[in-house]
Amino acid sequence: MILSQTTVKVDGWLVAIDRLAGGSLTLLSLWADPPEVKMATLDEASGDINIITYVCRHNQYPTVGVKHPPAIRLERAIRDLHRLDAIGASDTRPWLAHTAAPYEFLGAEGEALHQIAVGPVHAGIIEPGHFRFTANGEFLVRLEERLGYVHKGIEALMAGAPLDKATKLAARASGDSTVAYGFAFALAAEMALKVAAPPRAIYLRALMAEMERLANHFGDIGAICNDASFSLMHAQCGILRELTLRAAETCFGHRLMMDVIVPGGVARDICEDGVTQLRVLLAEVRRVFPHLTALYDNTASLQDRTVTTGIVKPEYARQFGAGGYIGRASGRDFDARRRPGYAPYDTLKFDVPVLTAGDVNARVWIRIREVEQSLGLVEQIIDSLPDGAIMSDRPATGAGEGFAMTEAFRGDVLVWLRLDDSGHVARCHLRDASWFQWPLLETAVEGNIVADFPLCNKSFNCSYAGHDL
Amino acid sequence: MAVIYDFALQGAQMLLVLLMAPLLTGFVRKVKARLLSRQGPPLLQPYRDLLRLMCKDVVLADNASWLFRVIPYLVFAATWVAASLVPTFRSGLMFSWTADLIAIIAVLGSARFFLALAGMDAGTSFGGIGSSREVMISSLAEPAMLMIVFVIALIAGSTQLSTMAAFMNSAEVGLRVSLGLALIALVIVAVAENARIPVDNPATHLELTMVHEAMVLEYSGRHLALIELAASLKLLLYVSLIACLFAPWGISPAIVAAVPILIGVAAYIGKLGVLGAFLAVFETAIAKMRVFRVPEFLGAALMLALLATLLRFVSRSF
Repeated sequence: MILSQTTVKVDGWLVAIDRLAGGSLTLLSLWADPPEVKMATLDEASGDINIITYVCRHNQYPTVGVKHPPAIRLERAIRDLHRLDAIGASDTRPWLAHTAAPYEFLGAEGEALHQIAVGPVHAGIIEPGHFRFTANGEFLVRLEERLGYVHKGIEALMAGAPLDKATKLAARASGDSTVAYGFAFALAAEMALKVAAPPRAIYLRALMAEMERLANHFGDIGAICNDASFSLMHAQCGILRELTLRAAETCFGHRLMMDVIVPGGVARDICEDGVTQLRVLLAEVRRVFPHLTALYDNTASLQDRTVTTGIVKPEYARQFGAGGYIGRASGRDFDARRRPGYAPYDTLKFDVPVLTAGDVNARVWIRIREVEQSLGLVEQIIDSLPDGAIMSDRPATGAGEGFAMTEAFRGDVLVWLRLDDSGHVARCHLRDASWFQWPLLETAVEGNIVADFPLCNKSFNCSYAGHDL
Repeated sequence: MAVIYDFALQGAQMLLVLLMAPLLTGFVRKVKARLLSRQGPPLLQPYRDLLRLMCKDVVLADNASWLFRVIPYLVFAATWVAASLVPTFRSGLMFSWTADLIAIIAVLGSARFFLALAGMDAGTSFGGIGSSREVMISSLAEPAMLMIVFVIALIAGSTQLSTMAAFMNSAEVGLRVSLGLALIALVIVAVAENARIPVDNPATHLELTMVHEAMVLEYSGRHLALIELAASLKLLLYVSLIACLFAPWGISPAIVAAVPILIGVAAYIGKLGVLGAFLAVFETAIAKMRVFRVPEFLGAALMLALLATLLRFVSRSF
């Protein structure tokens, strides 16, 4: 990965926006470090990442969102969190901030249209988010999301926090991706402090990341089928997920492996017979999972629900830079483990499955293929786990900036941080993959029927907590 | 004396269906859970749920009309009456001469009509969605059901359930294609009418996919208990109907004797168990269909019943 940083004036900023709109650059994130606004871009041709900084004047910066819609929600969040205005923005409603003023949903006109308001409190136990549907009978005309209900102020809490506390906060951005967040935060902090984790720690990090991916993909595959009322898959996948979580608990002392990854290495080594336990898990999963895949593939009533439902068009996936199974099911070949790439994945063998159908079925199949790849990765890691220390000494103080991306189960997690002279976090920005996936859900459900929305939504499984921060 | 005896038997039937209904629901849930390698809730859980709901306060929407409050009682009463008219352990019960199968369908139809009204009464979007879906389903299920009644009535020579059951139990029936078609059609209608998978999911927590549950989403407390009990009764009714028409063995004839009645009760419980287990297996093996596939599914039932009627007209031996 080539990471460059540039500070630009207005014209440089506008050139970058034009390149984003033209499609040669992909927006990775847009955030504020007052008085600066920064945007991270990925050059699609070369794979280079560039962090472009613009210094605001009078708390204003030229809008990105008008020419490049993926930035709209990020701009709205910047306004809410840092009071920097995007000049010329088309949408100036609050996003993360929930104010007393009533929120104006976008309209849709037509004689037979009616609105259905769903959430933020749902009938099941899921995270809170409000969905405003405009429907013509059963057919969806428009969906608008309203998020921000679980805003915890993580970035504000991190400002000024010692590194250890900030590590814990980062691990709690989204509980189901706690390893990926911890991993990305540790990489960014290590870049800022100019230290490197010892080889054993690097392998253990990847091991945990793959275990997390396995557990979440099992849960997702089952839950998607359950939303089509096929509870058999849900029960069987639930068993596999539980086995994975229990193995994680035995190996690392925590079912979700929270707080194990820290800047400088890992906080605890894998337990003594952990490798044996993992081999038992691998054998069991390899015995059961092909049967479940066959069951999914052979149940006609289930296929009838998932095939051609909730199609994400490849051009949208490309424009929004959608990561994870959503992008890969719609032909966007991007995996942070490959590009920008990070240790130890450069030494491990794995494929990145890509499909082009973009429907619920494709997103299920990407998960199934990724499970198979993750099983191979876990095996390679435990076969070649190096001995040695698990923590490097890290300097207690020292200013610096760090940037890292890791691949969580739902897509790339981006962490950018700046440490002050005392080694405390001055500003940290966490960007969940969901920022660029949520908007695609709005496009995916168009023309589908109301009753298919839960299925589409589950196949996306976007994060509320990671997005609302 | 005979009148008192008849009253007692009819009363016993009414109590039996009322008491058995939650048990059947609990049994189906238990079997489904076991099929999924889960422990599942205890068999008696539906009774506890009803008791819990009965003790809870009713929360009413501000704009709910009197209709909304009355309908749970109406629906429950109608379903209970309908369920007590289907011969379970003994045919020729006191009330059975007052209403035939067509009347039972009419009673259930009016119960559903009122429930659909209640769904729309509070003015929430979910209630409206639920009601419109429910009416769409029932507008297809009811004609199919009537065609099924015609087939069996043509063969049995009566729309009176006790007579039908007696005929089906006799040697006269034999193997008939039209009856086979009618059975398949009746099963499809029963699945749709009772909001089971693949038409609806009684255990769903997804408000946007609900049909029956969306309609009753605004109900709480004792109102909800009555609606749930009515739903259980309806499931029992359809299972009893299938049992009484297509497996009438063991039903006690209309004579004064204790032993046939005991056999009848035992046979009835056995039939409920077998059919309940069938339902659980069926529901586990299939995913829910898209809402707009339901008309095709129910259309198949209508066509099968129609075919059975036509076959019956073509030749008496079908």
